[in-house]
Amino acid sequence: MLEWLIPAASTSAEEIDWLFTLIFYTVGFWFLVAQGIFFGFILKFRRRPGVRSQYIAGESTDEKRWISWPHYVVIACDVVLIAGAIAVWRDVKQIIPTPDETIRVVAQQWAWTFVHPGPDHRLDTPDDVVTVNELHVRNDATYVFELSSRDVVHSFSVPVFRLKQDAVPGRVITGWFRPTRTGTFDIACAEMCGIGHALMPAVLHVESAEAHAAWLGDRTTVAAASSESRS
Amino acid sequence: MSLPATAHDVGLSHEARSFWSRYVFSTDHKVIGLQYMFTGMVMALIGGFMAYVFRMQLAFPDQVVPLYGLVTAREYNALVTNHGSIMIFWVAMPVLIAGLGNFLIPLMIGCDDMVFPRLNRLSYQIFFVSAVILLLSLAAPGGGFGGAWTAYPPLSASAQYNHTPWGAPLWLLAVALEFVAFLLGGINFTVTVMNARAPGMTAMRIPIVVWMIVIASLVFMASVGPLVAGAVMLLLDQVVGTRFYDPKAGGDPLLWQHLFWFFGHPEVYVVLLPATGVVAEIITVFARKKLFAYKTILGTSIATGIISFFVWAHHQFVAGIDPRMAHLFTITTLLISIPLAEMMFAFIATLYGGSIELATPMLWALAFIAEFLIGGVTGIFLGANATDIYFHDTYFVVAHFHYTFFPIAIIATFAAITYWFPKMFGRRLNETLGQWHFWGTIVSFNAIFIPLFLTGAAGQHRRIYSYESFPQLSTPWLNQLAVLATVALIVLLIFQVIFLANFFWSMRRGEPVGANPWNANTLEWSAPSPPPHGNFATMPTVYRGPYEYGVPDRELDYWPQHVPS
Repeated sequence: MLEWLIPAASTSAEEIDWLFTLIFYTVGFWFLVAQGIFFGFILKFRRRPGVRSQYIAGESTDEKRWISWPHYVVIACDVVLIAGAIAVWRDVKQIIPTPDETIRVVAQQWAWTFVHPGPDHRLDTPDDVVTVNELHVRNDATYVFELSSRDVVHSFSVPVFRLKQDAVPGRVITGWFRPTRTGTFDIACAEMCGIGHALMPAVLHVESAEAHAAWLGDRTTVAAASSESRS
Repeated sequence: MSLPATAHDVGLSHEARSFWSRYVFSTDHKVIGLQYMFTGMVMALIGGFMAYVFRMQLAFPDQVVPLYGLVTAREYNALVTNHGSIMIFWVAMPVLIAGLGNFLIPLMIGCDDMVFPRLNRLSYQIFFVSAVILLLSLAAPGGGFGGAWTAYPPLSASAQYNHTPWGAPLWLLAVALEFVAFLLGGINFTVTVMNARAPGMTAMRIPIVVWMIVIASLVFMASVGPLVAGAVMLLLDQVVGTRFYDPKAGGDPLLWQHLFWFFGHPEVYVVLLPATGVVAEIITVFARKKLFAYKTILGTSIATGIISFFVWAHHQFVAGIDPRMAHLFTITTLLISIPLAEMMFAFIATLYGGSIELATPMLWALAFIAEFLIGGVTGIFLGANATDIYFHDTYFVVAHFHYTFFPIAIIATFAAITYWFPKMFGRRLNETLGQWHFWGTIVSFNAIFIPLFLTGAAGQHRRIYSYESFPQLSTPWLNQLAVLATVALIVLLIFQVIFLANFFWSMRRGEPVGANPWNANTLEWSAPSPPPHGNFATMPTVYRGPYEYGVPDRELDYWPQHVPS
């Protein structure tokens, strides 16, 4: 359902959207029932001349079942939703799969730095590609990111991936994603980080393997050239 | 039970005195209650104006806002931060707990004043100072604090990051003083209800709203300690340069988040419980019904208060806590829906077989139930850890908590004011204006926040001054929703003029009423309207529970608590 409002572009997004739909229908149905009964009572028991209210204490078991039965329904629904939430969370946050690529994401006031591993698929080698406010990833590849912050708490948010993770100074937090659709998408900071909080946009490019290799090739040449000129 | 030691025994007389001693330095619980209420109303207007300014910026970015001017990013941040702080700490808390608690508790349990009248006065004075400091912080060099009402360090801890060297510490000082004021108030409420009840007012005959205020006070007192400790450490970080929250020096930013939310989530229930209490009082009177399952409702509110201490980390699912911990907090968070749902079911069941009169207080009370249900069910999306990854810090959250806080701080407050106004001032509010105000407020409220559920679900993050840098988050459709929400807010604010006019006109010119205009049972309606200092002509004795409406074989459909059988 969320896809009507925003595309889903990762495996996690599909799972989270499934959970959203599950909650929406479960909760939505009982919400309508409750509101229906509520407004029904208001209409049915409007004040009429000569009609007195009934005296119901609601203390006997016989009377209390009118609230205890709905209460069991709530418990049953809660159990289903908790099970769904735990299952999806395990897949999305708790179990980190073996990556095809590892990237580094560094937040600061008010910019994102992305370290791509380059053609050798390894970080901290001379062919690493460092970009600011621009992240390039390959479609259908599993990425693990190492997220850190240089100053205050930021939050790495990629709405189309349904991905959000705070970047906390002093920690390196790992997470993962696997893109499922090519395109250009927004990355935002989702945690108040000061005056420039709204000015921390970055662009996510999800590319086919060929396009990604081409981009990486261009950048690696530049990176190698500049490191040569420095040395 | 012997009468308590109160104002009389400490030598404060009842005669009318000068304006200052009667209205400003009074120890009368009713005057202090009204002081809290009026201060809360002024702060609500300020908070509402702030909402108007930043909503205008969101709907019409970078244009001059009428009555304000251009909004800079720095000002925007300060406005959203202080709007949140004001509405929770300087509107919901003073009006619902301090205002109503002070006005109602002695009247409803049948005593002449709070047990500690001077402590009560001190509580208001500290609260007043805290409000002044908060407002001054907005004018401080560098501007007001803009690090969100949650004030996460290291941003909040250092002027190097937040660029508000005065705004941040003053904001924190104001919040800390406000806590002190409510601690004093909470002690007073609890002790008064424990010790100063009228003869016959047994535990199970106490009106639900009094129970709710006491439970809320206890939850507040138990949860605020860790936050006060956290706030002192944060203040030291800001002012003295200690590094409790600085990871470079071995501190931990997450420490603050735990301390803050350990208080912050129970705080939701601290303001919610008195609001549900107000609703319980009103629906029984206007449906002429005994409250359905009094003991169950009491049990659910105690259960809610206890469980509220075990849910805090659901605000931190994506904050970098151990992922396994999130499961635990999802379970507790969804569990807290059970007692609250049961309480709402009991309220709905109370309507069954009633004789419902849709007078203004009843409309507000019923609106609370209908709107709060929306707040409750949308909370499930956020309590479920996996969906919260996406919704965390989006407008979906903003819409959700406004569907809880608006019913609490605004709808229940209007319910309370319209219901107890005759007792406060001895006159009636104008019913036609009241109905106009009700429908105008309710319709525009929904028109503000339903669009925000959609913008949030479409990915818009909160606290963003302008979405222009985000192509997917500033589509024409999303911008139209922002405009709709802003226009609805302006309509809502305009409708409050009707309320203010009605309130102040009726205070002086409204139709005078007797002691019990609603034919209600609880003790406050046995005192004159407005009650004099000392409250009751003869101190009441209680013979039955508070909700004996529609008792069979009685001529009257109500049976006041103080009337002998």
